[in-house]
Amino acid sequence: MSVYSQTLTELATGLEAGEFTSLELTAALLERIAAHNETLNAFITITADEALAAAARADEARAAGTGGTLNGLPIVHKDIFCTRGVKTSCGSKMLDNFISPYDATVVEKLAAAGAVVLGKTNMDEFAMGSSNETSFYGPVRNPWNLECSPGGSSGGSSASVAARLIPAATGTDTGGSIRQPAALTGTVGLKPTYGRVSRYGMIAFASSLDQAGVITRSAEDAARLLGVMAGFDERDSTSIEQAVPDYLAGIGESIRGLRVGIVRQHFDAGLDEQCGARVKDAIAVLESLGATTVEVDLPNLDLSVPTYYVVAPAECSSNLSRFDGVRFGHRAENAEDLEDLYCRSRGEGFGDEVKRRIMTGTYVLSAGYYDAYYLKAQQVRQLIADDFKQAFADVDLIAGPTTPSPAFKLGDKVDDPIQMYLNDIYTIGANLAGLPAISVPCGLVDDMPVGLHLVSRHFGEETLLRCAHQYQLQTDWHKACPEAFK
Amino acid sequence: MTAADHAGWEVVIGLEVHAQLATTSKIFSGASTAYGAEPNTQACLVDLGYPGVLPVLNREVVQMATLFGLAVNASVARRSVFARKNYFYPDLPKGYQISQLELPIVEHGEMLISDADGNDKRIGITRAHLEEDAGKSIHEGLDDSSGIDLNRAGTPLLEIVSEPDLRSAKEAVAYLRKIHTIVRYLGISDGNMQEGSFRCDANVSVRPRGQQELGTRAEIKNLNSFRFIEKAINYEVERQIDLLQDGGTVVQETRLYDSDKDQTRSMRSKEEANDYRYFPDPDLLPVEISDEYVEAARATLPELPEAKLQRFVAEHGLKKDDAVILTASRALADYFEAVAGAVDATAQVAANWVIGDLSAVLNRDGKDIGDSNISPAALAGLVNRIHDNTISGKIAKQIFEAMWDGEGSADEIIEAKGLKQITDSSAIEAVIDKVIADYPEQVAEYRAGKDKLIGFFVGKVMQETKGQANPGQVNQILKAKL
Repeated sequence: MSVYSQTLTELATGLEAGEFTSLELTAALLERIAAHNETLNAFITITADEALAAAARADEARAAGTGGTLNGLPIVHKDIFCTRGVKTSCGSKMLDNFISPYDATVVEKLAAAGAVVLGKTNMDEFAMGSSNETSFYGPVRNPWNLECSPGGSSGGSSASVAARLIPAATGTDTGGSIRQPAALTGTVGLKPTYGRVSRYGMIAFASSLDQAGVITRSAEDAARLLGVMAGFDERDSTSIEQAVPDYLAGIGESIRGLRVGIVRQHFDAGLDEQCGARVKDAIAVLESLGATTVEVDLPNLDLSVPTYYVVAPAECSSNLSRFDGVRFGHRAENAEDLEDLYCRSRGEGFGDEVKRRIMTGTYVLSAGYYDAYYLKAQQVRQLIADDFKQAFADVDLIAGPTTPSPAFKLGDKVDDPIQMYLNDIYTIGANLAGLPAISVPCGLVDDMPVGLHLVSRHFGEETLLRCAHQYQLQTDWHKACPEAFK
Repeated sequence: MTAADHAGWEVVIGLEVHAQLATTSKIFSGASTAYGAEPNTQACLVDLGYPGVLPVLNREVVQMATLFGLAVNASVARRSVFARKNYFYPDLPKGYQISQLELPIVEHGEMLISDADGNDKRIGITRAHLEEDAGKSIHEGLDDSSGIDLNRAGTPLLEIVSEPDLRSAKEAVAYLRKIHTIVRYLGISDGNMQEGSFRCDANVSVRPRGQQELGTRAEIKNLNSFRFIEKAINYEVERQIDLLQDGGTVVQETRLYDSDKDQTRSMRSKEEANDYRYFPDPDLLPVEISDEYVEAARATLPELPEAKLQRFVAEHGLKKDDAVILTASRALADYFEAVAGAVDATAQVAANWVIGDLSAVLNRDGKDIGDSNISPAALAGLVNRIHDNTISGKIAKQIFEAMWDGEGSADEIIEAKGLKQITDSSAIEAVIDKVIADYPEQVAEYRAGKDKLIGFFVGKVMQETKGQANPGQVNQILKAKL
């Protein structure tokens, strides 16, 4: 089997057995990235030299018997993570010239475990988008159909994993930005519990919702990476001080007796019929493995999108204020005065969707509107969190569709923000409530992948990963590869 | 304007004090807070607002705010929340300042001051909240542009907001001095006004006497000396009264005090004011403290100025005015107590030396009590030599100067310069006999009833003995012989 089609777990075995070196593996993948990136536009930066040097060091470490748990294994980072000495653009013209002087905690931890980073992936500008079309660097193409979106905002990560350019990629998820692109590209996307993984060095979009995670081809690989990435970080006050379990240890155990909640509202009119059928098939597989299903109610589910589109823009309008052209990033030329410098630097540096959200956020926080929008949204957010809490009194996880439909065509929704926003209707709840969730490939609809969405209670990653892994032991959907990338 | 013009008006003042907290590192980062470093050498990535960085609260500031709350008899919130105050300015790297709005750490405190009649007056403290300072814009020495120094960005501040309970510039200054004393007693701020560690905004309005409703206020920004605060408020009061008496109206606005011209001028009006769009900072958890935490802080509270003052009067028998002076700073009070504890004379004698001669030379040389050339023990040594009649009070002043100049202890100087007081009656009698013989005319006049001449004879005797004769003995023997 060629190296590029192997999972991290398989590659780790190959490296350990001496079938190939990390240097050979890295070189092969860099070659494959070079061959396909022009088509997919999945990368903003390819760090070939750094990757080869890191791979050589990993091989030396292996020879010396000192390598970490991910020693020599190839990954890529979403371009939202700060990487020291390497461009960190966040998909924006604003940061096209930004070389980060430091590493994000996630970057640091993965590097310390020996992972080799081959590049930085394309994304919606500042992670604001569900199609990768808001990127300053142009849209990423879906390996399953080049005319389709790979989802967003972690579209470069999902496309590169789906196209077998890399076995694993980091991503971030604020309203579905890991899980939705994973679903639309037939990959696994894991968003951990809010606070499980440090946000330090991850360029903030909406601080109370943002969470780092991974896109892989197997739940097992996701477990392997999460074990390295997770943990308290004294540089992030919202990271949670709780021991990190061995996520791989329990995934082999049976899911017999697992109580799976089915949300009635998930299968309402908004869901594509065939999509719904694939998800029901997947739930049937879980039942065949001994899980029991229970109908649960999330009465405020329909409020999650509007709530999200108040809270997230409010936080982003403030988070993005630091991009003012003064200390880093894009700076307008020949500014007449301070106000002109601000207005033109930001006017030129940000794209339309980012501006739309900054304006929305500024509006909902304004004097006279705060109570009606921001405060109300926070109250509804609490109701939604309470709904989940209630549901998890009866079940161990909730299963449903990740997205309402398979991947849509590039350009189809770009002029209709509301339609675009509704793409995240099933995923946003987990962000509002801070819950861990995973999307697992569960079939094809008209040759395009769709995902099974599993949500668990706070710090329920082990349950999620076990269920996803057990499902993948029974099914091959995660092994399906788009024809052009076999 | 005369005082009579003021008669119909009542002045209403509320103050917002910004006290820089004396931490070694910043409120949300590990960068140093030391004053006076080269621009931008004490600003880390967090202070610079780099993409991806996050604030982490310096726990020390919570302790300091708690101490302040307890010292002003306030309630210390078991749960307080940091919020973002959003506005654009080059010295504000993130585009927002992290502060506290709805749930500040300290609320409902009070402070007693003396009003114009010397009676105690209670000034309410609405709240005190934690926040970060901004950087500084620098215009000097740059032709066409402005520079930004972010060393100060992220320095911890405690903003202390009073109720509009102050009725004159004098009361405002009295209140400020009390706050200034308290924060220094607690060791939570160095209170250095030149360096901007203690500054104040004053909200000033006037209203016709008897009117309940408050007048429109103007806010005077960034006052950083007690003198300027008093002058700025007085100017502003007159400006507002003049305006109203001429049939005009006061505009709600922010004004700056120009100390060179001794006047305030408009900076921006309410209409131009920012909408700060405050909301809870999602990067920081609410600050939650327990009852145990607060009680542990209470146990570390030092003796506060008011209690110390009472004790100095009761225990040391000091005059109240002197006790007020000596308790103005903890260092001065400690110095005094060290001297008082080591003298054989009364504590009042020790107080007189500290308030008198010592304060005078400290003032003259621009020194703080902490940098005094004379230690409390050394000063006590001098006082004791007066008390045991080794030297006279007059000679003591000469020795004091020598001690200040580093010539040694009182005993060493007395020894080296032969300044020991002459108390031997026969030696004094001999000199007196000589003086009586030298000035027969004056003797005759004195004996004819011109009592005042006693001073002349004392002077002559002291002159002959180079001031070393015991003045009491001289008086006594002179009177007997004359």
